[in-house]
Amino acid sequence: MKLGELSPCEFVNVESEFAAMSVAIGASAAGARAYTATASQGLLFMVEAVYNAAGLGLPIVMTVANRAIGAPINIWNDHSDAMSQRDSGWIQLYAETNQEALDLHIQAFRLAEELSTPVMVCMDGFILTHAYEEVEMPAQADVDAFLPAFEPRQVLDPDEPVTIGAMVGPEAFTEVKILQHYKQMLALDRIPEIAADFQRAFGRDSGGLVRPYRTEDAETIVVALGSVLGTIEEAVDELREEGVRIGALALTSFRPFPLDAVRAALEHATNVVVLEKALAVGIGGIVTSNVRLALSGLPIHGSTVIAGLGGRPITQRSLRDLFLRAHAGELESLSFLDADWGLVERELQRMSQMQRSGPHAENILRDVGAVAHKAV
Amino acid sequence: MFEVRIHGRGGQGVVTAAEMLSLAAFDEGRHAQAFPSFGSERNGAPVVSFCRIDDRPIRSREPVAEPDALLIQDPTLLHQVDVFAGLKPDGYLLVNTARSFAELGLGDFVAGRPAQRLLTVPASDLAREHTGRPVANAALLAGFAALSGLLSLASVELAIREKLPARVAEGNVLAARDAHAWVVDEMRELADAPTG
Amino acid sequence: MSAPDKTRIRFYQTGSFAVGGRLLDPEQRSVQAEGERTNAITCGHRACQGCGEALGARYALDAAVRAAQGRVIAANATGCLEVFSTPYPETSWQIPWVHSLFGNAPAVATGIAAALKAKGREDVRVIGQGGDGGTVDIGFGCLSGMFERGDDVLYLCYDNEGYMNTGVQRSGATPPAARTATTQAVGAEPGNVFGQGKSAPLIAMAHEIPYVATATVAELRDLEQKVEAAMELHGPRYIHVFVPCPLGWGSASSDTIRLARLAKETGIFPVFEARDGVVSGVSKIRRRLPVEEYLRPQRRFAHLFGDPGRPDVVARIQAGADRNIARFGLLEDEGEGR
Repeated sequence: MKLGELSPCEFVNVESEFAAMSVAIGASAAGARAYTATASQGLLFMVEAVYNAAGLGLPIVMTVANRAIGAPINIWNDHSDAMSQRDSGWIQLYAETNQEALDLHIQAFRLAEELSTPVMVCMDGFILTHAYEEVEMPAQADVDAFLPAFEPRQVLDPDEPVTIGAMVGPEAFTEVKILQHYKQMLALDRIPEIAADFQRAFGRDSGGLVRPYRTEDAETIVVALGSVLGTIEEAVDELREEGVRIGALALTSFRPFPLDAVRAALEHATNVVVLEKALAVGIGGIVTSNVRLALSGLPIHGSTVIAGLGGRPITQRSLRDLFLRAHAGELESLSFLDADWGLVERELQRMSQMQRSGPHAENILRDVGAVAHKAV
Repeated sequence: MFEVRIHGRGGQGVVTAAEMLSLAAFDEGRHAQAFPSFGSERNGAPVVSFCRIDDRPIRSREPVAEPDALLIQDPTLLHQVDVFAGLKPDGYLLVNTARSFAELGLGDFVAGRPAQRLLTVPASDLAREHTGRPVANAALLAGFAALSGLLSLASVELAIREKLPARVAEGNVLAARDAHAWVVDEMRELADAPTG
Repeated sequence: MSAPDKTRIRFYQTGSFAVGGRLLDPEQRSVQAEGERTNAITCGHRACQGCGEALGARYALDAAVRAAQGRVIAANATGCLEVFSTPYPETSWQIPWVHSLFGNAPAVATGIAAALKAKGREDVRVIGQGGDGGTVDIGFGCLSGMFERGDDVLYLCYDNEGYMNTGVQRSGATPPAARTATTQAVGAEPGNVFGQGKSAPLIAMAHEIPYVATATVAELRDLEQKVEAAMELHGPRYIHVFVPCPLGWGSASSDTIRLARLAKETGIFPVFEARDGVVSGVSKIRRRLPVEEYLRPQRRFAHLFGDPGRPDVVARIQAGADRNIARFGLLEDEGEGR
């Protein structure tokens, strides 16, 4: 940008994530294509403006490099940040690879600007953001051909003064919200159409609502979002070679939630395992409740597995064991992959001896005796 | 799939090493993926990086637990961190040091493993000679290319030039050539030595 | 345009320097004297009778619009001005106007300025505005960020010394001893606590931005001139306008102008200008008055004047005003001024 290679463009260094989204709101309302990126606490710090951008129908695109939410403070990957914003009115797309992350951003601008609604492209923090891998960069001219120039219907302009962001009372608030929902329902059609256009233009199958993997005759299907699908697919292949009829379903679009597509992909299964990188404390799985809605009335055994919280590695070996148990119908409705239950139980023991408030994290760290984390 | 784990300390270019390795593999038409262990960005802190190389697209995202090859950029880690965890029985090991395995106290560890796959190389010394700085990552990679035969020296040189800034790239290329030659010599000696 | 020479025109019947537009040369008249004025915020809005903010905003914005030849976009913080001007589905704004949140008007204004720059629309000027709550409290981080980055935004703060729209709660601009819903007039130190609160204009000056000024709705020509001066500059500019609130202060609707004038004449609210972080001019007190004159007409200070009253608290407020007078050289014989 400073060298003039990206022009016309303005780059604004802001003092906070809240300001970042607010600057994007102002720029978008004034008719410029606006983009920002954040993760973790930063996303939470801008939440008020995140909802505002959606309510104003501003087609901002934001990368969320998915990371955990504290306390305890933790910088590593999981989906707690983006999941907390699932009802913010933003479309949420989850990338499986860095190539897909790149492709989704291009598709996201088209989707956002067609529907006048903001889009969040979620990609796993560290696992994708810090990975070095081959990515095909499309040519600018091809992107320009795919993504028309941004010409919003209504912008802040002295030539045609408009008021944006007026107060709306009980007489019309419901209707404004219905329109927001309607736009996401339109997105259920547009997301696959744009993905198809993208494939025609760039030759890559990226995006879409869901991506089934070896699900046709699968008795057990694992549902997940993001980069963990790669490791899941490896585990599926391994089990398939042993004759286990198992498959996976990638949810690329979490908002809008593709109820029909999910039902169509899962309805013939016996076991559905939802592998989630976030925990809704007090109930369990977040993605699960959405998947269960899609499967209403079907006699399917469903279970939630919380995995990878705060950056805990999700290994093919653990997945293999998990999937075998799921396939045998032995999985409880809520479980935690590779959890150290001994650690939990010792703290529960301590708690039962002294019923007073106080932090758990420090006790648990003392118990682990971990000064530095292990090498791997 | 061939999986490599590199151990070193923050500031030694451990992450760059994995990235250069992936570039070299990519240059040879393979699929490659490099990534660091996360959250240890302090200078001097133990750092681990990983590289996967395969002929088909790489999907796995888990850390490398059972490496086919282990590169130790900083020998002071040998007795601090369990650097050998999961190394396959026939895995490669290359340690950046001017000392021998016996001098490092690793005599027992290397005994019983294929001698042709375990070497030390004074990569820091070679780097210092050519660049004035003891940053051993490029030289160590070239040594690994010679040890494993997985990559050509030319690909490693290409990766060095692609990844490192021009002002240090050439010195590193020279250090890489020396390290490569060193390992080739060592392996010839090992091959010539009477077994047993 | 030269500044009108106020000292020659005294209208003692109003006790002020207010002049009718007809007595001035056309170029020195108020923007409001023009038939062609924009009415940036037009009639029909829902502000209370005697609203200082509505008055201040109209004068300030029309002056800005005139200075920019009609090319102005405004970003507004949540607050009275936003709520009373845009009851769905109506709007009082005749300029392009956007409201996003309570605490982000300066950043939204930055975004607009960035977009205009990227689009090559250098003719269009950007204004951010809000009340004291949205400015000195909730939006303070964004305001400071906008200042330090040097963004091309004129920010107008309409200070009525509390969260009036939400039911009169204390803000960081509420004066000591004032009663609000959250600083009850009870106990040994009734009302707002002494020693709290902050001066946003002084903090703005600490950013060494090109222009900082304070003004009151008692001297609207002064406000207009300051807006005009600000519009001649680029970069971050800040004008802090003192706007009495009959509802929140418990004052008569007809007393808005009088209270604003008393705030200045008692030294409670220093009126000054600063360029690049240095005070460059002050509005002198013409007839110094004790703070009691300012406090008595406001029910938010009623607890100071009952029986037995709190002369000690009034004395502390007087001491604060005296400090302002000394600090800014507000009396005629002290320092340079206008």
